[in-house]
Amino acid sequence: MSTNQATLVIEAGRTERHYWRDLWRYRELFFFLAWRDILVRYKQTVIGIVWALGRPLLTMLVFTLVFSKLAKLPSGGVPYPILVFAALLPWQFFSSAFSGAGDSLVSNAGMISKVYFPRLVIPASAVIVSFVDFLISGIILLGLMIWYGFAPSLRLLTLPLFTFVAFAAAMGTGLWFAALNVKYRDFRIIVPFVVQFGLYISPVGFSSTIVPEQWRLLYSLNPMVGVIDGFRWAILGSNTRLYWPGFLLSFTLVLVILVTGIIYFRKTEKTFADVI
Amino acid sequence: MSSVITVENLSKKYIIGHQKRERYTTLRDVLANGTKRLAVKMRHPFAAPQNDSTHEEFWALKDVNFDIQQGDRVGIIGRNGAGKSTLLKILSRITEPTSGKVSIKGRVASLLEVGTGFHPELSGRENIFLNGAILGMSKAEIKKKFDEIVAFAEVEKFLDTPVKRYSSGMYVRLAFAVAAHLEPEILIVDEVLAVGDAQFQKKCMGKMEEVGKEGRTVIFVSHNMNAIEQLCTSAICLDKGQVKTKDTGVRKVITTYLQENDGQRHKSEWVNAENSLSNPWFNPKHLAIIDSAGNAIDSPIRNDADIYVYIEAEISELDPSLTFGFVLVNEDGVQLYRSYQTDSAQDSWPILKNGNNKLKCKLPKHTLNEGNYSLEIIGGLYQKQWIFEPGTGSARVGFSIQGGLSESPYWHAKRPGILAPVLDWQLT
Repeated sequence: MSTNQATLVIEAGRTERHYWRDLWRYRELFFFLAWRDILVRYKQTVIGIVWALGRPLLTMLVFTLVFSKLAKLPSGGVPYPILVFAALLPWQFFSSAFSGAGDSLVSNAGMISKVYFPRLVIPASAVIVSFVDFLISGIILLGLMIWYGFAPSLRLLTLPLFTFVAFAAAMGTGLWFAALNVKYRDFRIIVPFVVQFGLYISPVGFSSTIVPEQWRLLYSLNPMVGVIDGFRWAILGSNTRLYWPGFLLSFTLVLVILVTGIIYFRKTEKTFADVI
Repeated sequence: MSSVITVENLSKKYIIGHQKRERYTTLRDVLANGTKRLAVKMRHPFAAPQNDSTHEEFWALKDVNFDIQQGDRVGIIGRNGAGKSTLLKILSRITEPTSGKVSIKGRVASLLEVGTGFHPELSGRENIFLNGAILGMSKAEIKKKFDEIVAFAEVEKFLDTPVKRYSSGMYVRLAFAVAAHLEPEILIVDEVLAVGDAQFQKKCMGKMEEVGKEGRTVIFVSHNMNAIEQLCTSAICLDKGQVKTKDTGVRKVITTYLQENDGQRHKSEWVNAENSLSNPWFNPKHLAIIDSAGNAIDSPIRNDADIYVYIEAEISELDPSLTFGFVLVNEDGVQLYRSYQTDSAQDSWPILKNGNNKLKCKLPKHTLNEGNYSLEIIGGLYQKQWIFEPGTGSARVGFSIQGGLSESPYWHAKRPGILAPVLDWQLT
């Protein structure tokens, strides 16, 4: 440790300067928190990490049964379970990351009022936790594709891009809700509602092609529509077409939410310890 | 020597709501208040906006200035609500000041609570890494210190047990051990030594002293004056958000603080102004606790100071069977001892005379424990009658013992027990 370190100045409205550097310095904490949450989640459970596989699998089965067998919705030549799962993957990632991040600050109140670190670490690590689940669920999709002998096209290589959009959507909304939740505890109640509601207005159990053409753009105001369509486009290959105007609209919205989320979070962050 | 911490005009304001108990608002309140204001505005568009009377400003810190030099060990004292914790929170960047400026040189580690971020479900080993990361240690650093931490905490056997199964003592030991092995240039410690048993506290103090001796800067908040005196090289006393005293003489700061802080005990001097208690044998005029220079002591007394009981009395009818003295009572009302002027061999008794008699009696130092005491004149004619029966409210003074319990590096705080004598230990 050198003694000729830069002087740290603490002043009203001046914590900005070292923020991103600090965030980098605390990158280990970031992984430790994610690691803690993953570890804790499956402690004292009998089948442990298998739960991460069980939940999406069961949801997929129910959706297939309801939408394909009972409602007889079209799948566009793709095995319905794969159609559902390609959407379930980003949706479950988004919903768990969003609610995890939204709740993260309040549930870590003790740390916030007693230790300094860039607060962004907390919601970000909550998103990471869900991302690990997302990767595990990916194994199921792989299994399904092998089961149905479904070969993906080269478009699969674009999947990281859509994953990034899902990530940004979860992070942006998560930051907004996390920061708002500190001040207004109402958001604790709003979050589960948004998640439940979102499942119905997002094309998870069905393909968004069943939405009439003139409503597609309006439908894409739901950012998850773009994300899910993108996932299907990348995974299902030539059987689907991507509705580009809709995707671009969703994508722009996601970016706006992310950027404003970061700005709002940074603005209110300094008062967290006083309010929480 | 250079300043590592410079605090200039530091202030912190909190808005306190009077009706709502929660610190967070609910959206409903915001919407309701907003609507109300809008309605008022529509009815009286030109009225001045009303002040929200449920909110009040509270300055937790106001214009605080001080410097801390490299290697200083600074004790911060003050009553509850004086702003100590707010100051530490600002220095450790948990909260932002409202105005003013702090410049800090070097890596700061603050320990405002033992075991922040500990997760009950995780094992001791996992918690060491997690807590270390929260306190700002890198993984490599923790790995390097791991064995040392475990040894300090004495939890080798339970490393893989979830900490929820730990005894509370083990929990605290482990938590402090992690924090104690941070190697910051500036260590900020809030009252963490208040937890754990005496032995653990001793260990903590030892560790903090070690940290200080390595030339690091330590800022330490405590209500334990002995600990402050033992550990610190200078002290700052806060009162109502402002610096009251700061000095390199720790004892001086502590004494000033304690003086202003005891309003409840009896006065240390009693003067018989109304000439009550009048009797021919022994008529007390003046009772006081004095120092060796003869001045009445009004402040808390260190346990290693020489103090005397001073009695002045008028005798108009000298009776050979007169015995008088005092009874010493602690704050729980327990009589510690009585003493009479006739306690020793008869040839060493003080020779009294008709008229005014002034006597003093030395109280043994290093005998009483910390606390408040009262001392009351008692007396009588031997085997005949009481003049002042104990507990009947004759002349009475009070004093308090604070600090100076021992010179030992292992004895910092008030021990349980009525007395706290320092006895002599020798090999035989």
